[in-house]
Amino acid sequence: MNGSRKKSLPWQRHWLGVLLVGAVLLAVPFVAALGGQAWVRIANFAILYVFLALGLNIVVGYAGLLDLGYVAFYAVGAYVYALLASPHFGVHLPFWVILPLGAAIACLFGMLLGAPTLKLRGDYLAIVTLGFGEIIRIFLNNLNAPINVTNGAQGITLIDPIEIGDFSFAATSTILGVEISGPQKYYFLLVALAILVIIVNVRLQDSRIGRAWQAIREDEVAAKACGINTRNIKLLAFAMGASFGGVAGGVFSAMQGFVSPESFSLMESITILAMVVLGGMGHIPGVILGAVLLTALPEVLRYGIEPLQDAVFGRMIIDPESLRMLIFGLALVLVMRFRPAGLWPSPQRRRELAESSD
Amino acid sequence: MGEQILLEAHAVAKHFGGVKALHDVSLTIRRGEIYGLIGPNGAGKTTFFNCLTGLYKNESGHFTFAGARLAADAPHKAAEAGIARTFQNIRLFGNMTAIENVMVGRHMRTHANVIGAITRNRATMAEEGAITRRAEELLHYVGISERAHDYAKNLSYGDQRRLEIARALATEPKLLALDEPAAGMNGTETEALRVLVEGICRDGVTVLLIEHDVKLVMGLCGRVAVLDYGEKICEDVPAVVQKDPRVIEAYLGGSVA
Repeated sequence: MNGSRKKSLPWQRHWLGVLLVGAVLLAVPFVAALGGQAWVRIANFAILYVFLALGLNIVVGYAGLLDLGYVAFYAVGAYVYALLASPHFGVHLPFWVILPLGAAIACLFGMLLGAPTLKLRGDYLAIVTLGFGEIIRIFLNNLNAPINVTNGAQGITLIDPIEIGDFSFAATSTILGVEISGPQKYYFLLVALAILVIIVNVRLQDSRIGRAWQAIREDEVAAKACGINTRNIKLLAFAMGASFGGVAGGVFSAMQGFVSPESFSLMESITILAMVVLGGMGHIPGVILGAVLLTALPEVLRYGIEPLQDAVFGRMIIDPESLRMLIFGLALVLVMRFRPAGLWPSPQRRRELAESSD
Repeated sequence: MGEQILLEAHAVAKHFGGVKALHDVSLTIRRGEIYGLIGPNGAGKTTFFNCLTGLYKNESGHFTFAGARLAADAPHKAAEAGIARTFQNIRLFGNMTAIENVMVGRHMRTHANVIGAITRNRATMAEEGAITRRAEELLHYVGISERAHDYAKNLSYGDQRRLEIARALATEPKLLALDEPAAGMNGTETEALRVLVEGICRDGVTVLLIEHDVKLVMGLCGRVAVLDYGEKICEDVPAVVQKDPRVIEAYLGGSVA
C-alpha cells in the first residue's frame, strides 16, 4: 500500500530464485525415490522438522522464550489424531476436522502451561517447560489404566492416513500419467504446510505483534513501560508455537500410521531446539537450513557409516548409531564455538551476539 | 478545580527491607504544568517514578490519575491510563531501528491481531501505514528524522534521550514522566532539551521531571517538590523552594558537616 516503500513483491524481485527453489522442491521426491522410498520418507521428515522448527522459532527466536518441552505439543497433536482416526476407539473422523482440532487442543495446552509459568524467565522457564514435556510423555505412557486412553507404551496402531474423498495419501496413484507413491504425496502436503508456516513466520515478524516480541526480547521492562501487556504477548507466542506443534503431530500420526510415547522424548525437544539454534534463531532461512541439516545428516551418516567402515576396516568397528550421536554432538559444539549466532543468522542476531561478546 | 488535577499521590510508601525509600509521599500535579521532582541522590525520586508507573508495588497509599485510581504493579495499565516514562539509564530496544522503537510505542494504541498480521488485510495494512507515519512524525518532532533507520544503540547519547522521549510520546500520554533527561548532557544539549520539553508541554502533555540540573528545573518547572530520605520536605514554585531552609539543608547540610 505504500508505493514508495515497496516497489514490488518479493517473488517478483526474486522470480528466478523462486522458480529454482520450486523446481528443486518438485524434483526432490522423485530424485529421492531413485534410492528407494526410504529416502522419500527422510525428505518428508526433513520438511516436517522444518515445520516444527519454524513453529518453535516463534517461541524461541521471536519472543525469546526458551522452551525445552516443545515436543509435548507435537505429542498432543499426534495423539489427538491417533485417537480420533484409528480402531482404538473405533472413531474415524476426517483429517480436516482432526488437524485443526489437534492444533486447538495443543494451543490450549500451550496456554495451560504458559499462563502460570511465563512470569519465569530464562533458565527457570526452560526447566518448567522441560518438566512439562516429560509429564506429557509419562502421561501418554501410563494412561492405559484404569481406562485405556492411550494404550500405554504399545502406542496406537492402524491410524488412518489422510484421505480426501477416495484419494488416499497412503496408496500409490497415477496423476497426469505420473505415478506418485504415498510418501511422495505426503511430501507435497508437507511442503504446502511448510510454505504456510513460512508465510506466517515472515508476516508475524514484520507486524505489530512481531515488534512487540522483539521489544520484549530486547528489554522487557521498557516493553512494559511502552504499554505492552508482556504476559499476553508472550502467551500468544507460546500458543502459536504450540498450535503448529499440534498440526505437525497430526501429520506425523497420519504419515506413520503409528504413534507411541517414545517418539516424544526429551531428545526430540532438544533436537528441534538445536535446529533453531544451529540454523540461526529468529531467521527463517537459517531455521530451515538447521532443520534440513539435522534431519538429513544423521540419515546420511546412518546409511554412510556402515559401508564406509566395511570399505576401510573390512568390518563394523563402531556401532553406527553411537557414532552418529558422536558426530552430531561434535557438529553442534563446533557450530556453537565458531558460529555462535547459528549457521545462517539474521543480521539482527549477529549484532546482538557481537555486542555481548565484546 | 477538580478537573485541573491530573495526578494525585496519596501517602505513597515503599520499603526495601528496612529502608524506607518513600515515606507517605503525597503530591498533586495539575494539567498542563511542568512539575519538577528534585532531591539529593537516593532521596527516592526514581522509586517514586517506579511506583507511579507500576514497576514497583507500593506498600501503602495510592495514585489517582485523571480521576481514576491507578492499579498498582501493572506497568502496561499505567501506560494505558496515559502515563509514559523515560528511564534514568536509557532503556531503548538497542537492536531495533529508531523508527521501530517509536513504532513499538504505538503498540498499545493500535489493534492488529495475529489474524490481521498473517492475512495482511486492508485494516491491518492501513494501521501499519498509520503507525509508520506517526512514528516518522514523532521522530521529526524530537528532531532525529535523519536517524530513523539507524539502530538505536548506534545513536549519540543526546539522540538516544530524544528517541526515548519520542517512544514515550508515541503512547499518547497525558503525563510524560522524564527521569533525569539531562543527565550527561552538555550545555547545548540541555538547552535543546529544555526547548523540546517546553514544546511538549505547550502541545498539551503534562510533564513530570526528575532532574539533578537545578538550573534546568528552576527555569523549566512551574512547581517543584523536593524529596529527602523518602519524604517530601517542600512543594512550591521554584523561587520559594530555592529559599526554603530545609531544602538548603538537604542539599548542603549533610555534605558541609
